[in-house]
Amino acid sequence: MEKMPKWADVVLIPLISLILAAILSALVILGIGEDPVEAVNLMVTGALGSTYGWGYTLYYATNFLFTGLAVAVAFHARMFNIGGEGQAMLGGLGVALVCLYIPWPHWSLALLGATVGAALFGAAWAAVPAYLQAKRGSHIVITTIMFNFIAAAVLNYVLVNLLRPEGSMDPASARFAETVHLPTLHELLAPFGISFSKAAPANVSFILALIACVVVWLLIWRTKLGYEIRAYGHSEPGANYAGISSVKIIMIAMLISGGLAGMMATNNVMGEAERLVLNSTEGAGFIGIAVALMGRSHPFGVFLAAILFGFLYQGGAELALWTSIPRELIVVIQALVILFTGALDNMVRMPLEKLFLALRKGKA
Amino acid sequence: MDFLTIIQVLDSTIRLATPLLLACLAGLYSERAGIFDIGLEGKMLAAAFFSAAVAAVSGSVWLGLLAGIAASLALSGLHGLASITFRGNQLISGVAINFLAAGMTVLIAQDWFKQGGRTPSLFDGGRFTPVDFPFAESLAGVPILGPIYSELLSGHSILVYVAFLAVPATWWILFRTRFGLRLRAVGENPAAVDTAGVSVVGLRYAAVAICGLLCGIAGAYLATALQAGFVKDMTAGRGFIALAALIFAKWRPWHAMWACLLFGLLQAIALRFQNIELGGFTIPVQAMDALPYILTVVILAGFVGKAIPPRAGGEPYVKER
Repeated sequence: MEKMPKWADVVLIPLISLILAAILSALVILGIGEDPVEAVNLMVTGALGSTYGWGYTLYYATNFLFTGLAVAVAFHARMFNIGGEGQAMLGGLGVALVCLYIPWPHWSLALLGATVGAALFGAAWAAVPAYLQAKRGSHIVITTIMFNFIAAAVLNYVLVNLLRPEGSMDPASARFAETVHLPTLHELLAPFGISFSKAAPANVSFILALIACVVVWLLIWRTKLGYEIRAYGHSEPGANYAGISSVKIIMIAMLISGGLAGMMATNNVMGEAERLVLNSTEGAGFIGIAVALMGRSHPFGVFLAAILFGFLYQGGAELALWTSIPRELIVVIQALVILFTGALDNMVRMPLEKLFLALRKGKA
Repeated sequence: MDFLTIIQVLDSTIRLATPLLLACLAGLYSERAGIFDIGLEGKMLAAAFFSAAVAAVSGSVWLGLLAGIAASLALSGLHGLASITFRGNQLISGVAINFLAAGMTVLIAQDWFKQGGRTPSLFDGGRFTPVDFPFAESLAGVPILGPIYSELLSGHSILVYVAFLAVPATWWILFRTRFGLRLRAVGENPAAVDTAGVSVVGLRYAAVAICGLLCGIAGAYLATALQAGFVKDMTAGRGFIALAALIFAKWRPWHAMWACLLFGLLQAIALRFQNIELGGFTIPVQAMDALPYILTVVILAGFVGKAIPPRAGGEPYVKER
């Protein structure tokens, strides 16, 4: 017998966790002498009140969709991929190489090529930790953390010594060619007579992220491989007994995870910056952890959580612009969300389970 | 490279190894008791901010140190609550603590000091001053041994000596006391400890508290001794290098010291020389930055000895009824 109904597990617990995080965030805002209601108003108008705000919200959400899906896929195999940041950095390198050295005739082909490049580089960066976990039992969390730092050093070296155009002081690659420019939502929606802000960076890779959501859903719940990944995540001995190879599942789940994290680069590197800069990922790899936890590792949940964090990011930027609240408020909110939906899950779950048990006894 | 340069590089090695060593020993207590802690970075950062802030306001570095330790202990308590009491995921809790510290320190710094997320620079009373050994001045002239004594060993802040004395102390506590035996046992087989009538929860909280104490000292050292004041994200990955050193040392105190000195040396060299020429081949500075992490991965991979963590590490203990 289930301890509580499924809807409580899927909807109620994340909602209560979120409310707890929101209450604490409000207390933090009060603590630094600002008005939380005013702050929320500012964030809503700044992030959702105009197509410009929406453009930024969706741009950030695109990043978080990719990294959130990456963490979620790994979670299904009970792997904690904390290396999304490094994988996304390497994905950026893949995109830059594809865009700089191949003369693409049209952006659609370039996007295909860049997606493949980004996914390959991201997956390659996840491959070593995955192999070490599968074959040598090295803890994937520690190795992926180490690979984040190594990725930063590699990118630094490549940008300063190899990709930097001659005569430039800036540690960044050359600008990509005009032909690989991805259409923004403004350019995509104009033919349909919908006016969308010209300045906002949201672009066609948002649609790519939505497709990725659907593909991940199909993969996890509608294919044999997805079944094997979930089976392995629930019980390793059980999966082994059923003839599922641990090594195979760890490798495949991590490669998919790394590939998804890498694909984020089609948005921030190709769609927005149009060149590779240092620290282009801006911590999006870590936000993926919060997004996956909040979305309960389900693509639809990840989608909702990514939009929420996109809103928080754009809203936070607006707050920093108009009030004395620094952007780091978002980091605090992110920490609280990870804390309540991840680490303190039982704090919410245990009393609820008791409550539902008591209710059921009352009926019987 | 002359003798004096070597002494200077080694001198800065000791300074840079100190925060690593303190954080590494902190992690050692926690992980030996079966609580993984990837939140060392966050605890150090919180301690760095609160020590610098209190030292700046009160003018007393000792009050600062206490405030830093208190901040770090508070985060340790949170980690304990999540991972011991509520049996949550220790790794996720650590991630949350790192972000909480990264965000809150800047938020509070901006609110209190309005200097773009930093504290005011600390002056004399607000910083740990160097401790000079007896006769350091007069012995400086003695060849070889003189500079080693007066430059290398003497003239560090008190916290440096605390850190290095903590190594034998940790060894003694862990391997020569009853508390240490129980602490190690709780990381290997908590059920056995429970059967013996010793509280698993109590021991783990004690270990997490010691971890908080040492991280607090590490953070305070960063902000009030190594540098003069807090700046945003000033730990700069040191908590993770300490974690790497802990694995590199295979969770043993003396080895932890050597690992931290090695990683401190790498930082000192990277700080002093930008690119190193080695027989016509140039080692880029980025390789030096990445080396601690690469070494740790190699060790973890088991190609050079095998790093086996405490057996019950990362798993919440559920008492059977």
